[in-house]
Formats: sequence, structure tokens, C-alpha cells
Amino acid sequence: MGDLFTFEKPLGLRDTVPHIYEMKAHIESCIVEEMKRWGYRLIETPTIEYYDTIGAASALPDEKLLKLLDYEGRSLVLRPEMTAPIARMAATRLLKENQPLRLAYSSYVYRAQHKSEGTPAEFKQIGVECIADNTVSADGEMIALLIATLEKTALNTFQISIGNIQFVRVLFLQILEDEEQTQTLTTFLYTKNDVGYREYIKTLSLSSKNEQRLLDFLKLRGHEEVLEKASALLEEGEGKKVVRQMKKLWQVMMDYGVEKRIKLDFTLVSQMNYYSGVLFEVYSDQVGFPIGNGGRYDYLFNQFGKNTGATGFALRLDLLVEAIGYLNSNKPRLCILFSEDRRKEAYHMSKEKRAQGLHVVLQDIKGVTHLDTYKDQYEETILLIGDAERTNT
Amino acid sequence: MTDYLTIAMPKGRIFREAVHLLLKADYQIPTEIENSRKLMIDVEREKLRFILAKPVDIPTYVEYGVADVGIAGKDVMLEEEREVHELLDLKISPCYIAVAGLPNTKINDVMPKVATKYPRLAAKYFREQGEQVEIIKLNGSIELAPIMGLAQRIVDIVSTGRTLKDNGLVEYDHIVNITSRLIVNPVKYRLQDNRINDMVVRLNQITQGV
Repeated sequence: MGDLFTFEKPLGLRDTVPHIYEMKAHIESCIVEEMKRWGYRLIETPTIEYYDTIGAASALPDEKLLKLLDYEGRSLVLRPEMTAPIARMAATRLLKENQPLRLAYSSYVYRAQHKSEGTPAEFKQIGVECIADNTVSADGEMIALLIATLEKTALNTFQISIGNIQFVRVLFLQILEDEEQTQTLTTFLYTKNDVGYREYIKTLSLSSKNEQRLLDFLKLRGHEEVLEKASALLEEGEGKKVVRQMKKLWQVMMDYGVEKRIKLDFTLVSQMNYYSGVLFEVYSDQVGFPIGNGGRYDYLFNQFGKNTGATGFALRLDLLVEAIGYLNSNKPRLCILFSEDRRKEAYHMSKEKRAQGLHVVLQDIKGVTHLDTYKDQYEETILLIGDAERTNT
Repeated sequence: MTDYLTIAMPKGRIFREAVHLLLKADYQIPTEIENSRKLMIDVEREKLRFILAKPVDIPTYVEYGVADVGIAGKDVMLEEEREVHELLDLKISPCYIAVAGLPNTKINDVMPKVATKYPRLAAKYFREQGEQVEIIKLNGSIELAPIMGLAQRIVDIVSTGRTLKDNGLVEYDHIVNITSRLIVNPVKYRLQDNRINDMVVRLNQITQGV
């Protein structure tokens, strides 16, 4: 391996310069403040966790985890997502008698990148978890809150697609022989391979009616009308309950007046395999990847010794910034340039202005080589130089 | 520009067949497109924008969403493993990927070497066979490798078998059949669902007959 340049950083990690930082911080605060207004409380968890606990619970493929060793040789991971650590924390410290618990976070997560040089390996996720509330209202709250937070940012157009992984399971198990076939067919869904899906069905020697049911499943995308079609694909029994839940969810969306932002898509599945019911993704046409996703995960808590359900979502701040584009950054408003003999006066003036809440830069004029370009950075400059009265520019 | 649907088309071998397919599906595309040297062509009455890219790059344009949909060979998709939605087998440009080499030869078990344009696909195939081989990536004229003694086997795309034969090579194994696929960016698949569904229905009617 060649020598590193002194300015090199590990693959996929980035510096953030002030104007980008300010954009990110602004968008972040819009979202976090809205979450707080909905009664969610912020928490933090460790950046580094054990591979055997959080690594195993996280549901991301192993090659996506960034691993380290501790001094005893145990495997560690940089947390790849926040849901599993929060489930651990809630299960061990916060959950009392399974009362609903609303938590929020804004934290960096880490994913190993293999394919393209420089794809972010570290990015901020902002999200919420609503724990121990198994109602459809809680599912509805996730989507309504997701919409409310995005509306607080400058993102104008976005759409949410909602699916239900349990519907997929129930339908496939009604039609297919066994768990193995169900797994195989589901894999075609999450690898987004419709061609493979259709070819696989043909190899299964199904009745033509059942083959058609599986083909029609791929078309379960749209608005309210999809619910009836979904119901018609299922046999009587437990499955219908799933569709009834989705109908209720749609009703909640109508009650909240957010149905225009939403499409139903029963073909939506996730690589995060802890999802157990409703799941959703949010899209903006400015970015080619989903800017956020979420859903219900009712079995993750079993791994931490609790029997309770939860639902949540996470937004990717880096993609959100990309989708929103440039915002006017709020550069420091005021600069006081002083000469040595008026330093004391300048200091007291800055103190006064800072007390008024202004961002004030105090700069000795001897330290500046190009006065005009330096002044351009500020909305206002005050010169306190020599004997002259103070001059505004 | 948001009302335009951007289609990434592969330059070269597949391009003509892909245009022909779209014409049959009743897309009004000017025939000049086939001889144009422009890399981006807007067809206003269809609200379509064509971009012409190297075939191996098509899934990349679509993954990042700068192209909404694309026409890509399955060979490229297997090699690139991009996050795109594979909607339809267009059944054009049929061919297959095969293992070939000089007749009556074995893979050298001291230093087994395989030359290919598809390093990931080839590595996966030999791993699945339980064979450890060294993969040598080449960018063209793969048939030279066994002749020159660079490798004992090649993994390459075969359509008629003519090139292999002319260079005195024989096929040892058939890995996978290849045709061109209609692919779409997963976000655009959900944001532009009406236009994309319409395209799938129209193209499906044509390809079912093939």
C-alpha cells in the first residue's frame, strides 16, 4: 500500500465545511423540533456496540457492518442503524409495564461501502420510535409525523409508499407449498427482480388460478382502490385481518388529511428483516434513493427479553440535504474591525451586540491582508480605526 | 423537465433492436435517432428523453436516478449488481455466458487462471463450482487469452459461437442465458408509476409475441 496523503480520510468519510454544516443543522433542527412538538424525547446510544448483540439484531447484511476489535479481542461494530440499540435501551431501562414510549434521535450511523469509492460510510439518521403501542393509530402517527417533519423543511414534493410485509407472507403461504418457496419468492421482491419472480412462479406447477394470484399481486399499487383488490386475492381467514388493518390505516390517513402524499404498494418489502407489518418508504424526485423509511417491528424486542411491539421511521439527513438543495446560509451578520488603540472600545461594543443575540466577529485589522474580500463575508462591517468616528459600511 | 421520462439506451449492438421494439410499441421516435451522434435526444411529442450510454453504464445511470428507466443486458446487471428494479424481459439480443478454452485442455491446477470481462460473475460461478481460480480482467478480445497462454479458460458472452470457432476455441460450460431487460430506478418506479406502468404494458404486448 502506498503512503497516505496527509489530507486523506478513510473511505466514505467526509469533512463538513461551515456553510454545508449550517444547511444540515438547519434542516435537522426543523425536523427535530417538530418531533419534540409531537411529544418525542431525544436519546443517545453508544457509537460502538458489540457485534454479537447489536450487529446480530440490526438486520443489515454482514458485509455492510464496520467492525473493530476491542482490547480483549472481542468484535465490535460501529452502529449501522439506531432501531436495534434503542430497542435494547428501552427494553432494559425505560419500558415500564409496557406503557407506550415515544423516543427520538438524531445520530450518525455507519455502513461499510464496497461498490463505489466515496459513497458515504457515515451519515446522520433522524428518526423516532413509538414503542409498546400496537394500535393502527400508532402506525398512522408515524406516517403523519413523517409528513409533518418533511413539511417543516423546504422539501416541496415527496411521496410515501406504504406496504405490509405480513400481507406478503400470508398471501405467499396460502399459495405456496412451504417456507422455502415463500422465502425464495420474497427474495425476488426485495432484490426488485420482477422477471425472476415471474420465471420462478412458472417453475412451481401451480394451478392457473394461483399463478394468476401471484402475478396480480405485482399490480397491487395505487390508491384506495388497491385495498379491495388486495382483499380479493386472499382466502378467508387470518389474512383478511391484515387487509382490514390496512383499510383502517387508510382511514386514519384520511382523517389526518394526508392521503394525497401517500400511495399504497403491497409489493414494497425491505431488506431490514425485522419489519413485521406496515412498512413504508419516502421518495423525493430530486434523489434516486429513498430519503427515509420505516415500519412496524413486533419481534425485535424478543431479542432483548421483552414481548412488545413498536413502530418507527428514520430519515437520511445527507439525502435530504441533496433533495432540498442550496439554502441561503446564515453567515455571521456583523464584523467589527478594529485597530489596536481602539480594541477596548471594540470589545465592549461586541459584548453589547452579542447580548442582543447577534453573531459578532471581532477582528484586529492588522490580521487582514485583503480588506475588501474579507468584508464581503459579512452583511455588515463596523470599522473602529484610528481617531476617526466609527464608520459603517 | 420533470414531465419528461428519461430512458438510458445502450449504444452499439443492442441499440437498433431496442429502438425497433419501442417503435413497435407505438412510441413515435424519429428514425434519425439511429444515425445521430448526439448522446442526448429529446422527443417532444412523446415527452421522452433518450440518453445514449455505454451498455455497462446503463444500470449506473438508472441506479442514481438521472435516467428514470433503461434498457440493459442481463449480463451487465449480474456483473454490476446495481440497486435497480428489473421490470421486464424484453427478449431482445439473446445470447448466453459461457466458459470456453482451447479444445481438450484442463484448467491448470497449479495456477488456474480465467480471463473475462465479467470478473464478479466469473468469480461467483467458479466459487459455486468449488474451484479456486485467479480471475484476470480484460476489456476486449477475450479469445486471445487462451491462445496466448494468459489463461486456460475464458468467461465471455456468446451469441452465435462464430468468434469462438474462428479462434479455435470450444465451449466447456453454459453459465446463464442473457437477454435485455427493462430496468427502472426504484424511486422513479413509485413516483412515475403511471407512465412506467403504461410502458410496461405496451412493451409486454410486443415481447409476449416474440
